[in-house]
Amino acid sequence: MFPSRFRYEAPTSVEEAIALLGANDDAKVLAGGQSLIPMMKLRFASPALLVDINNIPDLGYHRADADGSFRIGALCRHADLEKSSVLAEHQPLLAAAAPLVADPIVRTRGTFVGSVCHADPQGDWAACMVALGGSIIAQGPNGKRAVEVKDFVSGPFTTVLDRDELAIEAVVPNAQGTRTGGYLKLERRVGDFATAAVAVALDMSGGVVKNAGIGLVGVGAQTINAEEAAQALIGTSLDEASVDKAAELAAAASSPRGDHRGSADYKRHIISTFVTRIIANVQRSEMQVA
Amino acid sequence: MALDEVKIGGLGASRRRVEDNRFIRGKGNYVDDVVLPGMLHMEILRSPLAHARIKSIDTSAAYAIPGVRMVMTGEMMAARNLAWMPTLSYDTQAVLATDKVRFQGQEVCAVIADDPYIARDGVEAIVVDYEPLPPIVNPTQAMADDAVLIRDDKVNQSNNVIFDWEVGDREGTDRAFAEADVVSEIDLHYPRSHPSPIEACGSIADYDRSTSKLTVYMTSQAPHIVRAAVSMVAEIPEHMIRIIAPDLGGGFGNKVPVYPGYVISILASILLEKPVKWIEDKTGNLISTGFGRDVYLKGKVAMRKDGKILGVRMDTVSDHGAFFSDAQPSKFKIGLIHSAFACYDIPTAYLTNRGVYTNKAPGGVAYRCSFRVTEAMFFQERMVQAAADDLGMDQAEFRRINLVKDDDFPKRTPFGFLTDSGQYEKCLQIGLDAIDYDTFQEQKAEAAKRGRLLGLGISTMTEPLGAGNSREYDILGIKMFDSAELRVHMTGKAILRTGAKTQGQGHETTWAQIVAHELGIPAEDIVVEEGDTDTAPFGMGTYASRSTPVAGAAVSMVSRKIRAKARKIAAHLLEVSDEDIEWELGRFYVRGAQDRGVTIQECAMAAYSNVPDGMEPGLENNAYYDPPNLTWPFACYISTVEIDPLTGVWDVIRMVAVDDCGVRINPMIVEGQIMGGLTEAYAMANMQFITFDEDGNCIGSNYMDYLLPTAWETPGFELHEVVTPCPHHPIGAKGIGECATVGGPAAFVNAVMDALKDIGVRNIDMPLLPDRVYEAIQTGQDVSGHPPVKNH
Repeated sequence: MFPSRFRYEAPTSVEEAIALLGANDDAKVLAGGQSLIPMMKLRFASPALLVDINNIPDLGYHRADADGSFRIGALCRHADLEKSSVLAEHQPLLAAAAPLVADPIVRTRGTFVGSVCHADPQGDWAACMVALGGSIIAQGPNGKRAVEVKDFVSGPFTTVLDRDELAIEAVVPNAQGTRTGGYLKLERRVGDFATAAVAVALDMSGGVVKNAGIGLVGVGAQTINAEEAAQALIGTSLDEASVDKAAELAAAASSPRGDHRGSADYKRHIISTFVTRIIANVQRSEMQVA
Repeated sequence: MALDEVKIGGLGASRRRVEDNRFIRGKGNYVDDVVLPGMLHMEILRSPLAHARIKSIDTSAAYAIPGVRMVMTGEMMAARNLAWMPTLSYDTQAVLATDKVRFQGQEVCAVIADDPYIARDGVEAIVVDYEPLPPIVNPTQAMADDAVLIRDDKVNQSNNVIFDWEVGDREGTDRAFAEADVVSEIDLHYPRSHPSPIEACGSIADYDRSTSKLTVYMTSQAPHIVRAAVSMVAEIPEHMIRIIAPDLGGGFGNKVPVYPGYVISILASILLEKPVKWIEDKTGNLISTGFGRDVYLKGKVAMRKDGKILGVRMDTVSDHGAFFSDAQPSKFKIGLIHSAFACYDIPTAYLTNRGVYTNKAPGGVAYRCSFRVTEAMFFQERMVQAAADDLGMDQAEFRRINLVKDDDFPKRTPFGFLTDSGQYEKCLQIGLDAIDYDTFQEQKAEAAKRGRLLGLGISTMTEPLGAGNSREYDILGIKMFDSAELRVHMTGKAILRTGAKTQGQGHETTWAQIVAHELGIPAEDIVVEEGDTDTAPFGMGTYASRSTPVAGAAVSMVSRKIRAKARKIAAHLLEVSDEDIEWELGRFYVRGAQDRGVTIQECAMAAYSNVPDGMEPGLENNAYYDPPNLTWPFACYISTVEIDPLTGVWDVIRMVAVDDCGVRINPMIVEGQIMGGLTEAYAMANMQFITFDEDGNCIGSNYMDYLLPTAWETPGFELHEVVTPCPHHPIGAKGIGECATVGGPAAFVNAVMDALKDIGVRNIDMPLLPDRVYEAIQTGQDVSGHPPVKNH
């Protein structure tokens, strides 16, 4: 690859990285590089400075904390999550999505937090985090702040991160009851951007939905938080009418564009089909457990 | 005692590929691996617009960048009469645009700089002022009365039609249709696709003024043709040109044409007196180099009620892009498209073809096929399925009725080819048995209970491979024979060189096996070299499955010449006359006294140390082989698919392939070729196409949009074989590299159509992307026509 000329720094602490970002107008953070490097190759992105955070220790973790929250460090790779038993135990939606992110090669290098920060409307993880009500922890010169992912992504490929802030962690809040859910993605080929994908998170207790979230991928200018659709499920026992209602509202919340992956109508149809299928899958596995 | 042929790596040995030894160690030597002292780097500025007049080009900012040595423009090329070059189809193609750009991605300028980064910086600094013109992206637009003229550079070109061509018996076919009980009609499009080898194109031109010699390292499947073409275009004497095609990272037809990048790098090297390297990036490769297919069909089949086909009519329109540069050597305008229906007994047929210009990249290369036979066989098998369905007849039975019978050979095809052998019905039956054809309806009913649609598709075809005989095939007048040169050293080891050029086919392995078969020299004792025009004998290169039929035959023939000389040496050593010498693999012996013999290695030593009086020393020779006919492999591909009607996603349940490629030199390599071909067939049916939006923007300019299947999607394949030796090939082999790519797509598409026929859908044009399948299911209508891209 032959990108434009750029400067490269590899800090060994978060503070150092933040200082570099603050001191340079046109700096980009390099974590897994699976989106940034191809864009630099094509010269769609020509940052003056790359701040490579891979030498910062202790950012590769993911763990379930005692308070019930789930935390993913800035250098945790997709492949780490795909292979993780702790993820499978605590976060079924994320576990369902992990093997569907990009392709196996990208997954060995790309990072969860990097994917959310890239804010591509085609990103899988941002939609999952929206469904789960998750947040990004951003650290700047004046300390840390938490931003919910639904507010973190401010538009296509843009976030509310300040220039001198580094996203250091993603946090998924604790479950209200038993957490379940699923992720379905229609792609023409592994590694293709999704034609459409749906993330459904459900917290269940006594057969009733205590909390729900639905995130949509590839059907709008940014990740879509199908809030009304999720509301239609809360308090229900996932009866057919409620599920149909949610599926319909999710499709209505999407605003797809027709392209070579399919027409807008087709994509809306896939959204509602996938909402229904994910919930049916959840119910089927509940029945198997019972 | 005769050697065990398989043990010495002869015919039938699934010998491991010797070339893989270096490839899997990263020790291959591709054009981009070649580094010459003082080498400069070239990058091409490509047109962002599909159709526009060039008002001005400002290169000053590029020249201002330190390290930029030259910015080549069309004007500079024109000053040396090189702005346009001849194509292999007797048209002209712009090297660097002077007047207009005619497709998105067309070469406009080239920057030569100290390193490839600076070359790209230079390209970004060039300012071109374009006046946009209306783009034409399909034949309908091209043929419209008010269509803007794309090729206003050509005298006597008043519209966008390149040619009209016809073949067959028009009146006879009309009569057949008049007499038919049933006429089946179907309109199809074989979409534009791209060979997309892993390695894109590139060259390093090295002109040495002190010796007047031009050496070019080049990604070429046909280096000798390039030498001839460069000699003619650049007016450099042929002996002063050396083309070296080192290891190639795939070709698939993409590396047959001569591309502007090669020509510009050559001129730049001459002007700058430095080696100039041009390495195309993947986007450049996808948007500007030889595409495949892009042909439309209106097909009609005339039948009797009992299923007998009486006649076939095919009216086709081919979209060639901005320049007619199809790389094909036949006398026929649209390659071998009229090989359609060669495996069927059709009394009469008629085909028309109109070629048109559009504002799309030129090419029309034989992407893993023998010059448009892929379109021919796809159209044929889709027409056959539609005809069987229209007749309400079982698709296997319909084929059985119409296939050419084993004892009908030699058989003239409806469009005039001569097929010579085959066991078509046997292949079909093996395929049907393998796929459990008789129980399929039960499986279908079972799946319906789960809400899934099942379909079974068949594709049977024979295709003409191995261009060609010199009567009908040439490139720029050069006949399509091929060659081999064999030198046996005194210790019985050997070097073999041919005029072909391997690019993944495994020639280094299989050619040695042919020599081993003919001479009994173990394959591991033979080194194979190709691709360097200073050392290899003249040949026409590797494409269109022609290597085994032509160069492979030459390898046999040169080995036999060597054996004939060795026989004389053996007689001398054994002190008997020639007539008393018998041959068994690896050894001559005295008739009636089998223990009195000499090995081929002993003969080789004698050739350099103890030749009979009057005999020229040494043991080397060459052979030029002009095949008497094409070879006609046959194949039957059967696929079953399951469709999810709520998403339109379809999965292949099984894919059975029965291939008859005659004698198999290396069965493992043959199977690898078939699996690779089936993968590309699946890609075509399922996901792969290059299309354009209405502005002429290429959708498919990178591997996010132009989809190649991975191991993840690619279904499993079940391979079977029938062996009908080719009657005229020295070892009975036929071409095989492309059969599955050619015959495979129709099997997948027919399977999906079989699943949908009950709801009234007869056609979805490839690729059968889920949204198109879903649309067909929802509407009960065909989804056909121009590629379905609406970006608004």
